[in-house]
Amino acid sequence: MIFLLMVPEKKYINQFTYMNKVVNNADEAIKGIEDGMTLAFGGFGLCGIPENCIAALVKLGKKNLTCISNNAGVDDFGLGLLLQKRLIKKMISSYVGENAEFERQMLSGELEVELVPQGTLATRLMAAGYGMPAIFTPAGVGTEVAVGKEVRKFKFNGVEKDYLMEYAFEPDFSIVKAWKGDTMGNLIFRLTARNFSPLVAMAGKITIAEVEELVAPGELDPQEIHLPGIYVHRIFQGAKYEKRIEQRTVRKKQ
Amino acid sequence: MLDKDGIAKRIAKEIKDGYYVNLGIGIPTLCANYIPKGVNVVLQSENGILGMGPFPYEGEEDPDLINAGKQTVTLLPGAAIFDSAMSFGMIRAQKVDLTILGAMEVSEQGDIANWKIPGKMVKGMGGAMDLVASAKNIIVAMQQVNKAGESKLLPKCTLPITGLKCIRKIVTELGVYDIHPQGGFVLKERAPGVTVEHIKKSTAGKLVIEGDIPEMKLD
Repeated sequence: MIFLLMVPEKKYINQFTYMNKVVNNADEAIKGIEDGMTLAFGGFGLCGIPENCIAALVKLGKKNLTCISNNAGVDDFGLGLLLQKRLIKKMISSYVGENAEFERQMLSGELEVELVPQGTLATRLMAAGYGMPAIFTPAGVGTEVAVGKEVRKFKFNGVEKDYLMEYAFEPDFSIVKAWKGDTMGNLIFRLTARNFSPLVAMAGKITIAEVEELVAPGELDPQEIHLPGIYVHRIFQGAKYEKRIEQRTVRKKQ
Repeated sequence: MLDKDGIAKRIAKEIKDGYYVNLGIGIPTLCANYIPKGVNVVLQSENGILGMGPFPYEGEEDPDLINAGKQTVTLLPGAAIFDSAMSFGMIRAQKVDLTILGAMEVSEQGDIANWKIPGKMVKGMGGAMDLVASAKNIIVAMQQVNKAGESKLLPKCTLPITGLKCIRKIVTELGVYDIHPQGGFVLKERAPGVTVEHIKKSTAGKLVIEGDIPEMKLD
């Protein structure tokens, strides 16, 4: 095949067609998501969340979902919208403050919560995308996070200490939002909206990307791609983005 | 006795030229205001920034540019943005020179508790467990005595642990302490106007006092 690629002939390679992963909208993108599945979401707080797919999931109404996401949104935005509809059975997150409905469901036992240190969460997602079943991290050693987990000693960086073994996540679907993407699924994120999103995208058995701007192959500089399209299966341009700010902190011009 | 800004001011003196620094939420964030002129540092935010700047001017905030506390921020020239795995990767690999964070309790062994209070709503540890388990140099900014008059420098933490034997230095409203390798709070400096007697009464864990304890200099 290499030979054929190097000497393209019309009968083998048509230079003017490209792989196309585009779906029409969020409803089409989330097809195949069923009750009880595990979904991973990109975003940090409300920054860089897949707003359109979350809205479509609320409409779809599939239940008993396990959601992997650093945060759980706020009461009326982000994953908070799925919580309001009681679609989430279990949240796997590092920080879930600022959400009264979350608190209510957790205290009443309706919602199961697994708290994972932030770096562990990020790295467990990354590991999945790198084809590694587990990682070793010092985070959580000696704490309740370590209960029931394998601990191993390693000498690293000149020091011997304990590390926890943590498994890679294997979500059924990963759902992320990027700034720009092309029809082949290559993604570029904007500023800190990158956060967990490339890692989440890498982890999914099926990965859905919604983008602010969808372009043709060749319009994105290959050197500037943050996540290569091999990790993305479905892509579409989001209808609109609210981009709500969670903590608006400013200073006055002097 | 120091107020919050006083604690931040004293800690800022520990920040050296060329450091990459991660500041936690609360008093640690205030430290950025007191970094001396000529001391060039790069601030890390664990959601994925090196070179974090101050809050934006009114009207210039960008929803795609926030810090680990989800506050809108700016970038300084030379800043870099990356994903959260790389961000914690550089923390774990000890590329970050100094971490400053808050605590509810610290034990004389250097254990820290700062993420959960039993009976109260659990919000989660965020990046705290990663930071304390990995950072090579951690300074804790905290109130030594709570409103009920109880010391938070303890023989053993009573709250759920965030990390074991990871704290080296503590700055409180009353003084500066190093953790002794064999355990104990080694009193290094007194806050202005605070006596050693006052500090003794306000330290529940083992207090180590060697020689005369100087009053701290803030300027």
